[in-house]
Amino acid sequence: MTTTLTPVEATASAPLPPVDLAEAAPVQAGRGYWGSVLSRLARDPVAMGAGIVILCIVLAAIFAPLIAPMDPFKGSMVRRLRHVGDATYWLGSDELGRDMLSRLLYAGRLSLFMGVLPVIIAFFIGSGLGILAGYAGGWVNTLIMRVVDVFFAFPSVLLAIALSGALGAGILNAIVSLTVVFVPQITRVAESVTVQIRGRDYVEAARVSGAHPVTVVRVQVLGNVLGPVFVYSTSLISVSMILASGLSFLGLGVKPPEPEWGLMLNTLRTAIYVNPLVAALPGVMIFLTSISFNLLSDGLRSAMEVRQ
Amino acid sequence: MILFILKRIGYAAPVALGVSLVCFLLVHLAPGDPLSAILPVDATAEMQAQMRAAYGFDKPLPVQYGIWLWKVLHGDLGNSIATGRPVLAEVSRAVGNSLILAASATLIGFTFGTFFGFVAGYARDSWLDRVASAVAVFGVSVPHYWLGIVLVIIFSANLGWLPPTGAGPQGSGNWWPDLEHLRYLVLPAVTMSVIPMGVISRTVRALVGDILHQDFVQALRAKGLSEFGVFRHVVKNAAPTAIAIMGLQLGYLLGGSILVETVFAWPGTGFLLNAAIFQRDLPLLQGTILVLAMFFVTLNLLVDVVQTALDPRIERA
Repeated sequence: MTTTLTPVEATASAPLPPVDLAEAAPVQAGRGYWGSVLSRLARDPVAMGAGIVILCIVLAAIFAPLIAPMDPFKGSMVRRLRHVGDATYWLGSDELGRDMLSRLLYAGRLSLFMGVLPVIIAFFIGSGLGILAGYAGGWVNTLIMRVVDVFFAFPSVLLAIALSGALGAGILNAIVSLTVVFVPQITRVAESVTVQIRGRDYVEAARVSGAHPVTVVRVQVLGNVLGPVFVYSTSLISVSMILASGLSFLGLGVKPPEPEWGLMLNTLRTAIYVNPLVAALPGVMIFLTSISFNLLSDGLRSAMEVRQ
Repeated sequence: MILFILKRIGYAAPVALGVSLVCFLLVHLAPGDPLSAILPVDATAEMQAQMRAAYGFDKPLPVQYGIWLWKVLHGDLGNSIATGRPVLAEVSRAVGNSLILAASATLIGFTFGTFFGFVAGYARDSWLDRVASAVAVFGVSVPHYWLGIVLVIIFSANLGWLPPTGAGPQGSGNWWPDLEHLRYLVLPAVTMSVIPMGVISRTVRALVGDILHQDFVQALRAKGLSEFGVFRHVVKNAAPTAIAIMGLQLGYLLGGSILVETVFAWPGTGFLLNAAIFQRDLPLLQGTILVLAMFFVTLNLLVDVVQTALDPRIERA
């Protein structure tokens, strides 16, 4: 199945050219390799800018209780839908008269958590399955990869919504659904890189010398596979943020009155004729986060010389 | 070629079977009994058992799957719990509207995506390339449901040029190719088109860049071919991959239309899914997902065959 690529993978994976293996293989030299990646990344102004934006958003979410000017849950029916630039409500107030700035800051907590966590879980499960399939080969490979093929037959948005819809609304169910969406994608990349690495002479040499498969994977394979898979996974965070907020937007994720960007975007839809700027604000946050993760991932890819 | 098509179908068949299994199990993933949505809360144990037997839920799962699959193969997707109408009729009514929306979006996205991709690929590292790349990153990063709301704010709420929701005047349930209905199509189609635009322009940029660096391009230029002549060769080389990506994007848009359809109240499959989820209409949910996924599997197959037919470099192994 050569053409069943997700939109992301279509541009991201293709035949993954390996990172400079001579540098990446041994443990001591590995530190040098990551050091050089970081210094290359530091010279990329776009990636650094994106990284700083992400850092600010994350810090703002973590320290929301300290910096938020008001209680994000406390509303006021007489102060509904204040405009941006209001003396008390700097970024206006929402349809229940709650301070938008405070809610946007607090919402970052759930939005980031629900967007990033599925990719992290899927990274571990997907790498594990992919390396197992790629290294073991034979019927293990066939079994794992055919199941992956089946999940690839669902467009990701459809699969996420179908699973959340069947499981029912809720934060945990949304995270589970998104994880299930990303595991097959990461597994496929991990498998294809592992198969490439497995054929290399030094892996062959280790195997012939009688090393236990677990040792070969740990020493020779893992370091070379995780780099490209990590870069690919970071490119999924942007999609995951959009999907996670999308689930809440549909009413399948976070439940009111909890602040979350996607849910806020939904509840403020009634206000687009009265106060369009305030109604659009939560989407600006989703967009800013998503595009920053995309740009950082692109920068990381070129810094690691994992070319497209 | 025929052998290749047969092989490719042989490959798609187990995937299709797996997809049907996932769709079947989806209903059993639902918390509680699949019947909990129909049965009144105070139903007696006897009534519950009767209903379970009537729907076949008392049989072991593999048997249930077999019966269900047999019915599906004969075009019976069961009846909607909410409306009582056959699921197949509901889905086929909606799928046309979704297809029109997804196809228009793909067309818009493909046109602009290839344009930006060619510009960026030809003018690598110039400011044009940077603008085109920015457009591409925007396309893949923007939450399209938010973009839809922003477009409604600008073009419906403020300018009043285009209708904000629906597929036609007076809540028309079906899209129709006339000028009035076309105005309803513009905003959702443009909203949806940013995703394929971003993906296609990224792909085409990379393709054009690679092709321009190949020896044959240098040879064509050396023999004195005009720049337009070279361009035609580049187009011919990039076309099969670009068309394949376009086909897949159509499938993604059709399956992923639920968010945009919800924003614009577009009476398609996404809207149907939304209703099915919130009314806990499990047969409708299952049927809609099955139809959409099967459409995607078929589209994949088609794209593979077309790409192989167009591109002599791909081995028909």
